[in-house]
Amino acid sequence: MVEVTLWGALGAAAGGKEKLVVEAKDIRELFRNLAEQYPALGPFIERGIAVSIDGVIYRDTWSKELPQDAEIYLLPRLAGG
Amino acid sequence: MGFDPSYAARTFTSVGTRPIRPDGVDKVTGRARYGADFNMPGQLVGRILRSPHAHARISGIDASKAKALKGVKAVITAADLPDLTNGNSDLHDILDNCMARKRALYDGHAVAAVAAIDARTARRALDLIEVDYEVLAHVTDVDEAMKSSAPLLHDTVFTGGVEPKPTKASNITNRTQYGHGDVEVGFKEADVVIERSFKTEQTHQGYIEPHACVASVNPDGTCEMWVCTQGHFVYRQQCAELLGLDVSKLRVTSSEIGGGFGGKTHIWAEPIALALSRRAGRPVKLVMSREEVFRASGPTSATSIDVKIGARSDGTITAASATLRYSCGPYTGPWAMLGAMTSFACYDLKNVKTVGYEVLVNRPKTAAYRAPSAPMAAFAVESVIDELAQKIGINPVEFRIKNAAKEGTKSSYGPVFGPIGIGPTLEAAQRHPHMNAPLGKNQGRGMACGFWFNFGGQTCTDLNIGADGTVTLTVGTVDVGGSRASLSLVAAEELGIPYAQVQTVVADTGTLGYNDMTDGSRGTFSSSMATISAARNAIGVMRDRAARMWDIHVDDVAWEDGHAKAVGGKHDNLSPLSVKDIAAAAAKTGGPIAGHSELVADGAGVSFATHICDVEVDPDTGATKILRYTVVQDAGKAVHPAYVEGQYQGGAAQGIGWALNEEYVYGEDGCLQNPGFLDYRVPVCSDLPMIDTQILEIPNPNHPYGVRGVGETSIVPPLAAVANAVSNAVGIRMTHIPMSPPRILAALEADRRAH
Repeated sequence: MVEVTLWGALGAAAGGKEKLVVEAKDIRELFRNLAEQYPALGPFIERGIAVSIDGVIYRDTWSKELPQDAEIYLLPRLAGG
Repeated sequence: MGFDPSYAARTFTSVGTRPIRPDGVDKVTGRARYGADFNMPGQLVGRILRSPHAHARISGIDASKAKALKGVKAVITAADLPDLTNGNSDLHDILDNCMARKRALYDGHAVAAVAAIDARTARRALDLIEVDYEVLAHVTDVDEAMKSSAPLLHDTVFTGGVEPKPTKASNITNRTQYGHGDVEVGFKEADVVIERSFKTEQTHQGYIEPHACVASVNPDGTCEMWVCTQGHFVYRQQCAELLGLDVSKLRVTSSEIGGGFGGKTHIWAEPIALALSRRAGRPVKLVMSREEVFRASGPTSATSIDVKIGARSDGTITAASATLRYSCGPYTGPWAMLGAMTSFACYDLKNVKTVGYEVLVNRPKTAAYRAPSAPMAAFAVESVIDELAQKIGINPVEFRIKNAAKEGTKSSYGPVFGPIGIGPTLEAAQRHPHMNAPLGKNQGRGMACGFWFNFGGQTCTDLNIGADGTVTLTVGTVDVGGSRASLSLVAAEELGIPYAQVQTVVADTGTLGYNDMTDGSRGTFSSSMATISAARNAIGVMRDRAARMWDIHVDDVAWEDGHAKAVGGKHDNLSPLSVKDIAAAAAKTGGPIAGHSELVADGAGVSFATHICDVEVDPDTGATKILRYTVVQDAGKAVHPAYVEGQYQGGAAQGIGWALNEEYVYGEDGCLQNPGFLDYRVPVCSDLPMIDTQILEIPNPNHPYGVRGVGETSIVPPLAAVANAVSNAVGIRMTHIPMSPPRILAALEADRRAH
């Protein structure tokens, strides 16, 4: 189980929750389970969510493992110039 | 597969050296081919008709006279670009921006296009197209556009991110909020609170090379496009989706690029060129004029920002808040959100709150510009930080060091920071001789910090060993700042061969796997990771070939210093085999030797910089001269230090122009009044001193060599550093960017009247 923190708009889509506890060993499983438990998050995942694991932002490495004691923060998928 | 990107300390041989740039000779002799330098047999000239109105309904377009003109081979309007976006609103916005569908939403919005046998005929054809406009009310100012009385750009937009959901349409597309703690409690704990409002005007990336492409749609359904872009794979994907083409049949080649800075991460005229070619049955070359570049491509947001920061008299910040309003043009984007996320990222704050509003206006679509949205936020925040330090009576560097974010700090955008470099850049700035150099009359010094995320992305490379042992490295990230040299250095380093033995080329979309854009400071970070992976794969192949040549087991072959070496007591008498030796025998040991890599480069690592600026302001003219400028930034590992310094200097130069002169000026009619470099003044060499740089190397733990992106962060602090310097020089807090001579004179005059 990992605890994930959601950014504002994502939290609103998850029923106003700021934090969720999810069974997930990696980012792929996290998104799969989030979409199952909170269907309203599906469009956000489709559009792109970045995952900050202990402060390091991952945008596309869905195989990245989620350490059980890590700080996991979901952020909008950002881009630069 | 199985590639471990973790940093491992090592001694470098090639990486960190400064070979001359391999593309330099072609560029200074004119041989380099940019977007407009390519031609196809039988090509036509494309031209675009643009709206003269800031906002107008297109009631009808009569192109019959243009079509009848001799030499005209195709005329298209939005009707020739059917909506294939299938509910994808982002893609629909791109389509609508490339060619207005029902309404022209800004001065310069494309409404029709022609392809003709020459430029003169194409221009005449544009004159013959009759567009029936119903002019609508417009709004170009970000604050005005937020008012409930403002003309609406879209009556289908309801502000997102607010509860309850609005029932009235608005130009505010979204509200986002970041932060933690309780700012109201924090402000009560403060001994000093500064609150100010700031504005920044819209600027263009100012790339010297206009957008240009040559497109050919062939009768068999295959297509080619030569284009100036930061990401030809992404251009291919988006053009294919908009035009209903098979991705694999559209082959896109990126030209040399005369600057992009984010502006060439968006498609503008490319789908139009393809659509014209499809209609005409001949290749079409489409080159934007400078005026078109300004009116219809690229600008960043204009902003309006309120900042409030409180601190105790010992210099500890107790609370910080900001409200950020960013213009988006006619289509929404994440621009205020990025400002809200980055604004306070340099600081360790117990109580922080930022709110961002994205606002639609009748201006060109806002595009990414080098660390998009961060410079404006940094200008507002760092101005207040400076003023707060002065009011408390603490040295501004010490104040920032005292409050700087560090490992374990909860960032203002949410996650806790790992190892970061803001502290070291501030301490380096504090020690720098620039900080204590004497100043004269009418002169001032300013400093500022800046933050940017940096990103990686999908990346693919091929590394081929030639028959003579030289190496061709094929990459898919466009070289915007010298990455070909840097990637050759990385390949040479990993293989253990001289730099001169490696040639790096940028592949077209038909010859390499997909690559994301060169954006987010990712080019060298991502492609060097893939290059290391490909080189290690090639080394694996070469060890196997050496084992065959020696008839020993591959486990008994090691790779050291660019050679296969037999290890173990049984093989002591075998002479090492060089890359050249192994390559020469390739035909008899299994054929061509190559290493390939496809990966997602993630973990780019956040980036910080500190800048110091000295200015002299002429009190009679309001003109500002930059006397001295120093950039301190963490590069992780500078692969080619001269290029890293160039990125630092380039970001500073662009930021200085933004701070002092660059500005979109709109008339009452909502039309851009200065779409040219004569009236839109970017700094030239004679405007600037030599910009000093100091590279810090704090290894990125998520890259084998410790590399971080370096391209964007350098534009984040300059607006604030220059503003602080000017404010200190004139003794008045400057709150409106650019600080052009009229604005400085007005501030001086207002101050005289007030005193």
